[in-house]
Parts: sequence; structure tokens; C-alpha cells
Amino acid sequence: MADVTLAGLTKSYGATKALNDVTLTIPDGSFVVLLGPTGAGKTTTLRLIAGLDRPDRGDIAIGGHSVLNDTPAQRDVAMVFQQYSLYPHLTVRDNLAFPLRSPIIAMPEDQIAAEVQKVAEVLHIAHKLDNKATNLSGGEMQRVSIGRALVRQPRIYLMDEPLSSLDAKLRADLRIELKRIHAELGATFLYVTHDQIEAMTMATHVGVLDQGRLVQYGTPRDIYENPVSAYVASRLGQPRINLLPADAFSGAPPNAAQIGLRPEHITQGEGQPATVRRVEHLGDQTRLHLTLGPHDLITLSDVHTPLRPGDTLPIRPHNPLWFDANGNRI
Amino acid sequence: MSAYSVTEPTRSSKWFAGLLVVAYTIITLLPLVWIIATGFKSGPDSISYPPKVVFEPSLEGYVNLFTTRTRIASDDFAALPPPETWYDQIVRDTGMVIAGQSRFGERFMNSVIIGFGSTFLSIFLGTLAAYAFSRFKVPLKDDLLFFILSTRMMPPIAVAIPIYLMYRELGLSDTHLGMILLYTAVNISLAVWLLKGFIDEIPREYEEAALIDGYTRFQAFRKVVLPQAATGIASTAIFCLIFAWNEYAFAVLLTSGNAQTAPPFIPTIIGVGGQDWPAVAAGATLFLLPVMIFTILLRKHLLRGITFGAVRK
Repeated sequence: MADVTLAGLTKSYGATKALNDVTLTIPDGSFVVLLGPTGAGKTTTLRLIAGLDRPDRGDIAIGGHSVLNDTPAQRDVAMVFQQYSLYPHLTVRDNLAFPLRSPIIAMPEDQIAAEVQKVAEVLHIAHKLDNKATNLSGGEMQRVSIGRALVRQPRIYLMDEPLSSLDAKLRADLRIELKRIHAELGATFLYVTHDQIEAMTMATHVGVLDQGRLVQYGTPRDIYENPVSAYVASRLGQPRINLLPADAFSGAPPNAAQIGLRPEHITQGEGQPATVRRVEHLGDQTRLHLTLGPHDLITLSDVHTPLRPGDTLPIRPHNPLWFDANGNRI
Repeated sequence: MSAYSVTEPTRSSKWFAGLLVVAYTIITLLPLVWIIATGFKSGPDSISYPPKVVFEPSLEGYVNLFTTRTRIASDDFAALPPPETWYDQIVRDTGMVIAGQSRFGERFMNSVIIGFGSTFLSIFLGTLAAYAFSRFKVPLKDDLLFFILSTRMMPPIAVAIPIYLMYRELGLSDTHLGMILLYTAVNISLAVWLLKGFIDEIPREYEEAALIDGYTRFQAFRKVVLPQAATGIASTAIFCLIFAWNEYAFAVLLTSGNAQTAPPFIPTIIGVGGQDWPAVAAGATLFLLPVMIFTILLRKHLLRGITFGAVRK
């Protein structure tokens, strides 16, 4: 396990700039989550660290030493691919054993069998060990793919949306499992996800990428409460932050162009009258779709709210986030 | 439930499809059956008209294929001791005696060495080249691939005379090595193009996973790419073998006493009274066997199809 440092990392694929001057330190034992929409450069970051692609500029250091000229094998990293990439000609057992049989690790077979059994039980795939890798459901393939990384103790785990095709229960179980591995082994993770709960519950640090640039890097709480821009603010939060023109409410600071309202920024029962358009009962939360003049917004309400579509509900901003014309926080 | 289904073929279309398959099979197999049958006919039966569909089987053709025979004066023939073996007996029945071994076995072995040797070499070089073309940034890749393909744009026999002269200068005429190199040169363009197609179909993610799992690129190629390219390698090998095995023109031109293969030899099997058809047919039957066995052995790989599915699209 070791610090991983990215310095001025830049990478283009043809005309598209996938990463632009990204500098970032992943401290030893941290769990760093990268957020950003498709094409923001999350997967590129993982590939550069793994050594599958070379950066155009910049340096990558693991444990204080530049690894730019090391092969992927020499870098001693494990990666979970978004596309699983299980070896289709091998069984689940052989897929899991594959990294342990590599010339670099070359573990004795009886020890491999024990390790494989252990990781298979953690991931609930022990009963599928003798299946062909192609003869599995999507969720099972994804678990094998995670298992192939977890059988090793690399210097860093790189995971590209590893839980995306699992059902809700399994996802919750594995979230806890990964967190346990992180805590018990002190393993270092760089983790790409779209899932807000994964980001908030597992991360020690969150990095937000926008078109190849790292726009904010901090604790999940910090990213959520003090986003540097409207873009960062809309990465986290369920329901998403409501972005309205600044003049929708009074009290806007000068040069504010947008007001950002999360549900907790909206005080209900006083202020400007809004119309309830729709009430969504999600079970653990109830969402209100409101219309305020020409604007639509979504907020939360009491789970057993008596409000119905057509009702009027006065609302008032409470410590909202203000953004200027470029979307930067004021 | 009604009997009508959009996915299940109807009874009549099943019948029609079955009939087509049977008809096609009969048409394709007829020459083969004819050759095999002729190989077991006696000399007169093989040329009788109308052709005999029912005949008394005889191993005469096979015995004649492997032996040379001679006719001796009738007094000497009568004075011979009784035949010692079953094949002596067969030859004696046609009024001749065995004079020695024919060269068929030797020619057949030449075919095996040259056919399988050139197939192995074509596949070995072709797989490495195809992998490089598929995965690496090769300068002038498209031009090189076109150049490789262009070697097949004229019939190989068009360059027979330059090759003949070169081979004579280099001492490759009538050698196994010369024929292996020649057939490899002809087959390699086919092998590179076919195999490149198959390797292109194997997603790179597998190799990337193997690289991260601690393997070198060559180890990843051997452990991950090769097993998945097995289908392509098997079918390409069959194509290469069939070409090298059946090649006639260069074999006639470049080989004689030492490295002659079976194709130029079989038509030269002449009996006492003209062409010895049962022996020719017996030779052709034996000649078909290796390719058939090779194809049947690799059939598993041909039918299995490329195993996609463990990479999410």
C-alpha cells in the first residue's frame, strides 16, 4: 500500500482531450471516489494509473517513485473493469486464480485454492466456481471481476463502477464488504461511480471531474456542502439541486446569476406561494414537484404529507448556494 | 394454445429444409462414394459399362497401389511355390507376381511432411503477424496488409518459372524444405488476413486485464488470446492444409525423385493394361484421409464459435 500521486496528468485520444492537467494525491489507505458524467475522464484516470495508456504529459508516482516506465504488472495495481473482462475460456475458479498464478506472484496451488474459496464466499459466488465465466448472470460476472481484484493485495485497487449491475441488496452488502476491506487491510482505493450513496458512504475523498479537469477534491461532506460550482453541486444530492435564476427570489448578492436550492435549503410554509404539481411517494422519502412562477423545482416533504396536486405551498430559501454567470460559487 | 407460432418453423418448411439438406448431401458425397467404391473393385469391374453398383469387393487396387508387379512366363508361373501371404495370393490371381514395393508410401509421407509442415509454419508466422497487425501501431500497416494480400492477386503458378530458376540456384528444388517454404509463402497471406479478422474480434480488455493481473504481453497473448483464437486458428489451419495437400502444379514442376508429393504421383499409377483405376482410386481414398481426420479433429473448435459474452458491450 502506498500514496499515489498524479501530477499535471494530460491525455488526449485523437482530438478529444480526455484529461487535462490533473493533479491529485491519493493518500495511503484512503478511499477516493471520482465523480463526473460520461466522458469526464474518470476511466482514463484509472487506465493511466494502471499503465494501460501512457499520459501525454505529467507524472504518476506510486509510493514516491514514478511508475511511468513500468509495465502494468510492475506497478502492482488491481483493476475492476466496467466491462468485467472475465477470461471467457476459463472457469470462475481459474479466473479468480489467474492473478495469483502470474509469474510475479506465483503462489503455490494449495494456497491459491484457499484464497479463491475465501474471496468467492465473501462475494457469494462460491457455488458458481466451476461455471464457465460466460455462463453467469451480469451481476455474477461483476462479482467475479471484483473477486479477481480482491484476491490480491496490490498497492492500489482501481475500480470502475464495480457495483453498477448488482441488485440493491447485493450492492448494499458489497458496499459494506469493500468498506470492511478498506478499513481492515488499510487498502487504498480509487473508485469510479455514478452512485451518490456509494460516494457519500465509502469515500474518504471525492474528486469531481469536468471535461478532463479536476474541479474539486475534498471530503464527501465538503463537496456536498461547499461545492465550488453549480456543476459540482449537481453531482451529489438526491433529488438533485434545483438551479433557478437568481431573481426568482429576493436577496440575491450582486453578480449572482443562479440560485442553488437543495431540499434542505427550502423552508416550507412561508414565503412565495408555489403550486404542488405532483407528489411522489418513494417509501423512505416523499418528493414534491413544485411550480414557482415559470420555474419547476423538486424538494422533499414529510413522508405522510397531506399535500395533493393543485395545493399551494409557500416556500422560502434558507442559506442557499449562489452562483455567478460562469456557474462558480459566490 | 394454437399450433401457430412465429418462431417455430412450420411442418412443411421443416420437410423442405430436410429435403434440401439430403439432396445436397447426396450430390456432394456421390463422387466420394464413387472413388471409395472404385478402390475396392477389381480391374475389369472398374471399367465395365454400365457401371457396376453391386460388385464383389476386392483389395486388388490397394495391393497394386503399394506394389510393383510383373508378368512372368507361364512355365515359370506354374513352377512357383504357393503364395505366402494374402496379397501374394491377390496378385497371383491376376496372373502376375510381386516384383517389389511401389513408391506410394514414400510419396504419401512426403505429402504429410510438406503439408503439415507448411501448415504449421503458416499458422505460427500468421498468428504472430496477425496479432501484431491487430494490436500494435505498425508503421504503414494498411500498405503492408495490402502488400501481403496482393501476393495472392495472381495465380501462384504465374511465377512458376522464376521460382523454378531460383530454386535451382538455391538448391531448394526437390527438397522438403523448399516445398514447405513455397506453400508457406502462398498460404501466409491468407493466414494473416483470416487470423487478423479473428484476433480483431477478441476484445483487448482481456489482455489488459491479464497485463494488470501480472502477466507480460507475450504471456497474455499465450494464455488469453491464443485460447480464444482457437476457432480461427483451427479453420485457418484447415484452409492452409487443404491448399498445401492438394497442390499439383508446383509439385509436378519442382519435385521428382526425392520430395515428390502424392498428387503428382497418383495419376502416374499405370498398370499393365493401361491406367490402373482401382489403384488410382485406392490412392485417392488414402490421400483424402489425413485432411478428413484433421478436419474431424478440429471440428470441435469450428463448431464451438467464438466465446463472447464475458465482456459487457
